[in-house]
Formats: sequence, C-alpha cells, structure tokens
Amino acid sequence: MTNRRSNVTAEAERQARKRARVENIKRSWYKFSRNKMSVVGLVIVILIVLVAIFQEAIAPYPQHARQYVDFINANKAPCGQFLLGTDAYGRDILSRIIFSFRNALTMALGVLLVSVPIGVIMGLIAGYYKNRIGSTLIMRIIDIFLSLPSLVLALAVAALLEPNLFNSMMALTFSWWAWYARLIYGKVSSIRNEYYIQSAELIGVGKIRILFQEILPNCFSTILTKMTLDMGVVILMGASLSFVGLGEQPPNPALGTMISDGYKTLPDNWWLTLFPALAIMLIVLAFNLLGDGISDMMSSGEG
Amino acid sequence: MPRLWAAACIAGRWSLLISGRMEVKMKTLKFILHRFLWSLFVLFGLSILIFCIARVIPGDAATMALGTRATEEAKEMYREQNHLNESLPVQYVYWLKSAVQGDFGQSTQTRRAVATDIKEFLPATLELILFAAILEIVGGILLGVLCARYAGSWFDNLIRIVSYVGISVPAFVWAIIFMLLFSFLWPILPTIGRISAGYTVPSVTGFMLIDSLLAGNFAAMGDAFKHLIMPGTALALTGIAQSARITRGSMMENVNKDYVGSEIASGMPLRRVYARYVLRPAAAPTIAIIALDIAAMLGNAFLVEVIYSYPGISKYGINAILNKDLNAIVAVVLIIGITFLLVNILVDLISSVLDPRIRA
Repeated sequence: MTNRRSNVTAEAERQARKRARVENIKRSWYKFSRNKMSVVGLVIVILIVLVAIFQEAIAPYPQHARQYVDFINANKAPCGQFLLGTDAYGRDILSRIIFSFRNALTMALGVLLVSVPIGVIMGLIAGYYKNRIGSTLIMRIIDIFLSLPSLVLALAVAALLEPNLFNSMMALTFSWWAWYARLIYGKVSSIRNEYYIQSAELIGVGKIRILFQEILPNCFSTILTKMTLDMGVVILMGASLSFVGLGEQPPNPALGTMISDGYKTLPDNWWLTLFPALAIMLIVLAFNLLGDGISDMMSSGEG
Repeated sequence: MPRLWAAACIAGRWSLLISGRMEVKMKTLKFILHRFLWSLFVLFGLSILIFCIARVIPGDAATMALGTRATEEAKEMYREQNHLNESLPVQYVYWLKSAVQGDFGQSTQTRRAVATDIKEFLPATLELILFAAILEIVGGILLGVLCARYAGSWFDNLIRIVSYVGISVPAFVWAIIFMLLFSFLWPILPTIGRISAGYTVPSVTGFMLIDSLLAGNFAAMGDAFKHLIMPGTALALTGIAQSARITRGSMMENVNKDYVGSEIASGMPLRRVYARYVLRPAAAPTIAIIALDIAAMLGNAFLVEVIYSYPGISKYGINAILNKDLNAIVAVVLIIGITFLLVNILVDLISSVLDPRIRA
C-alpha cells in the first residue's frame, strides 16, 4: 500500500517537473521572440544548416563543387541557367556557395568545440584557485595570448603549417581559447564567493564536483551567448584566412578563396565577388541576430 | 597675531591641497609604471611564444632560407651563422640579444635586414590605423550620441540596421565594395598605394601626411589623404558600427538616472546635460570597445593592405607569410604585439582619467 502511494506521488512529481520544464521553455521562447530580429536570425541559421546538410540535393550542379572544367560556360553573368553566374572555369557560383556553407559551419563548430572546453577548464581552475601559483601562471599565459590580435596570431600559426582546412582550424583554435579562459575566469571569481559554494566546501564536497557541478552550470548562459556570437566571428576569420590562401585549398570551395579569386577580375566579373561576399554577410548577420536573441533570453535570470 | 594665524591657515590649506594633488599624481604615475612594467613582461612572454612557434613548427630553417637546391655545406654554414645547431633556449638568447639591439636578421624575400624593411613599412600602417581609429572614434561616438538623443526615431532605427550589417561584413569585403564603387563605377578615389606617381615627398617621419606638410607640398598631402580614405574607412566601418551601438546603449542606461532628470529640471541646457552627465560616464565602455576594435584593425589591415597594394607592414607580413620568411614573420608579429600593448596602455590611461575608480 505504502509502496503504491509513493509510486503515485513519484508519478505526480514527474508530471509536475515535466510541466515546469515545458513552462520554462515556453517562457524562454517568449523572451527570445520579443525581438523579431532574433527570430529572423534563428530562421536564417536553421536554413543555412539545412542547406549545408542537404547540399547535394539542393545545389543545381553538385559536380561543380570539385575539380570541373567547362570553358564554354566560363565567366557567364547571372542568367536563367546559372542563377549567380559562373567562374573562370565555368563552375556554377551558386553551387559552390552552397557547398562552402558546410566548410564554414564545420570550421566554426570545430574551432569552438575544441577551444571552448580548453578555455573553460583553464578559466575554471584559474578562477577557483585564485592567487595561487598555478592560477597566476595560467592568467599570465592567457595575457600573453591576448596581447596579439587573434587574426594576427592565427595568420602567424597558419603560415607555418601546411595550408588546409584542418590546419587553419588549428590556428584559429590556438588563438581562440584564451578569450574563453578570461571570460570564465571573471565569472568564476565572482561565483566562488557565493554562499552555496562556501557551504559545499564546508561539508567537504570534492573540488572536481564543486568546479563542474556547482560552478560550471552557472557559467552556461555566458558560454552559450558568447559561442553563438563567436560562430559568426570564427566564420569571418576563417574566410579571412582562406582569402589569403591559408584555408581550404582549391578546387574545394571556400567563401574567402572565391572572393580572392574574384576581386582580381573586378569590375567586369562582379558576380564572382559580390555573391560570396553576400553569403558571408548573411551567415555572420544571422549568427549575430541569434546571439543577441539568446543573450536577451539569458539576461534576466534563468527561464 | 590673528593675521599671522590666518596666513598660517591659508598656507596649511594650500600645502594640504598641493600634497593631495601630489598624491593623486603619484598614484597615476605608479599606475602608469605598473602598467608599463607589466607590458614589458607580456612582451617578453610574447617573444618566447612567437619564437617557439617559428622554430618548432616548420621544417629545416636552413632549407627554407636557402631553397631546396642549396648544397649541404651552404646549409651547414647558414646554420652555423644563425646558431641553429644550438639548443632552443640558447637560440632564443642569441635571438633576443640581437633583437633588443634592433637586429631581427635577414629577410629571405627582400634580401635586406628585417629591421630596415620594418622601418620603411611600419609608418605607413601606423598612419592608416591612426586614420581609421580617428574615423571610428569620431564617427562612432557621434552616431551613438545622435542615436541616444533621438532614440526611437527613424534615424535611430536606420543606424541600428546599418550597424547590424556593418558588424557582419568583414573589412576586406568592405574594401572590395568600396573599390568597386569609388574606383570603377564612379572613379573619384585612387586605388593603389599611398601616393600617386609624380609626387615626391622627402621622408622625414615616414608619415606621408606629416612629411608632405613639412615639405609644404599641399597637393601631395591632398593626394596622400585621398589614398587613405578608402582603406581607412574599410577598416573603421565595423568599429564605427560597434562603438555607435555601445555608446548608444550605455548612454541610454544613464539617461534615466535621477541626477540627469534633476539637471534637466533645474534648467541646464540639454546639450550640456548630455555632454557632461550622460556621455562622460558612458564613455568608458566605448573606449574599451575601441581598444578591441583597434586590435581587429591591426589584423584586418593584413587583408586590406593587400587589396589596395598599400605598402605597409601588413602587406610585407603577408608576403613573408606566403614565402615562409621566418625572421620577417617573427619581427612583424612582435611589432604588432608592441603596437597593441601601447594602445592598451593608452586606453587604460584614458579610462583611468575618465573613471578614477580604475586606478585603485
């Protein structure tokens, strides 16, 4: 009998928790959707991700994304057959832009998925063990990394590696983690003085548990906001690297390479430059709008 | 007697006042000194970092400098000359010794001393960055103030949309768009270099505008200025958009403060209220973002200078990067690091003047 009753209450509790979660999501969505621009950003981001996933099906000429030569249709202005025109090898610009989306997104995700955990762990340790030798050392190293503009550091590292997509990602990661470390350091330094951290310390909770189960969840909103905004910035940096020739190598499509190939033929073949530039703008704009929305959503309390 | 007493009082008050001022000055001095020493340390660390990157990652430095067809003896001699056979820390000490004396070794692409190259190309980039920074400070703060003053109007909304787009377009794309617009469609601005052929300006400071002014050659000065407009604006646009948004945001926070309301109610002219009680406290975040933007400019200059064939240190750096010219890469990166550190010190000073709490 008692057993059954506890089952019933457990069930009720589960229901209540589920309802609360749905309620939370609804409230977050309400806050997010207050600003119409962030909804627009979300829609564009989703569309870009879908295009990147189904690129083979969407691109009108998937074979044009690789080595392909068709001199009869070279340098054609935008027309019915080639919506955004063709480049010097007769390859469809639209297809190449669509195929470069996946590279751009992979790059941004790859850079952030490696550099954010490194930076966050460094920041957690440095912020929690403040004023100890290890923490001071970490912060000094971070200062050194931040004493260079990140594009310059990335260029210097990428210059010395073989130019390809993976190495340009490594170069960006190398110059990116320190920003997260400093961000989290500041956040942790303020959180560690809260009462719940002190009580956890008093009852003897392990350090690792305090760091990752008490402090880290409180940093999530900061990290998520910064990551969304950074997606756009990393894509931009990646385009800058490939513009110089240190990113994805031809014949694979990359937005920066397409622009750098195209601008030499200005003003005649303007479509070679204009459309990849617009594509970069669209991606970065979408992530900026989304990031602003998320920061609105997270700003006043959790859910 | 009372007169003496009064004099003593006045003297005491003055000395107090003066000593108080001295204290403030000492504090500022201490702050500056601290920042400066700290920057020296960071610079030292940065030099180690760059040196390690340049020595560890690539393959054989001698082969890269002399080419793959060089004989083994020539390579050995090169290694001997450049202390490449020693251990890494010893190599670093050798390098640091000569770097402190201003010797960064030979460049493999120009076949000259890297220091000479840098002396030639650095002023051009500094001139460009300075121009862009002034554009950003003036443009960004002006737009931000106007937006805050007329918040919610069509102007505010227009600037908001424009600044969203401005932030999302990289500087090198702006550079290309400007080139398309103002050199091809409506050719009013020159595309290439710092100054048109035909003008000769004696090099004194290396800054083209100052040099032509010193020489009294105003035609050359105008021409040099025309060459700065497009690359400078391309570099500054992102920053203008960003600082306008930040200025507007932090001014809007201050507009609703009680003291602003009471100043307005007491009849102080609106313009003065905005300048003194709204803009000044709002300036600190703007200045912080401007420092970051200048860092971004130093990075973006690498691409913009290439597009406009602007003979600055960034174009030199890109050539070094594409040719794997190690000595030049290390020197360029270090110089940019120094520039950025100096900008940071300057910004710290300005914000400490604006907000005394920072000095504590």
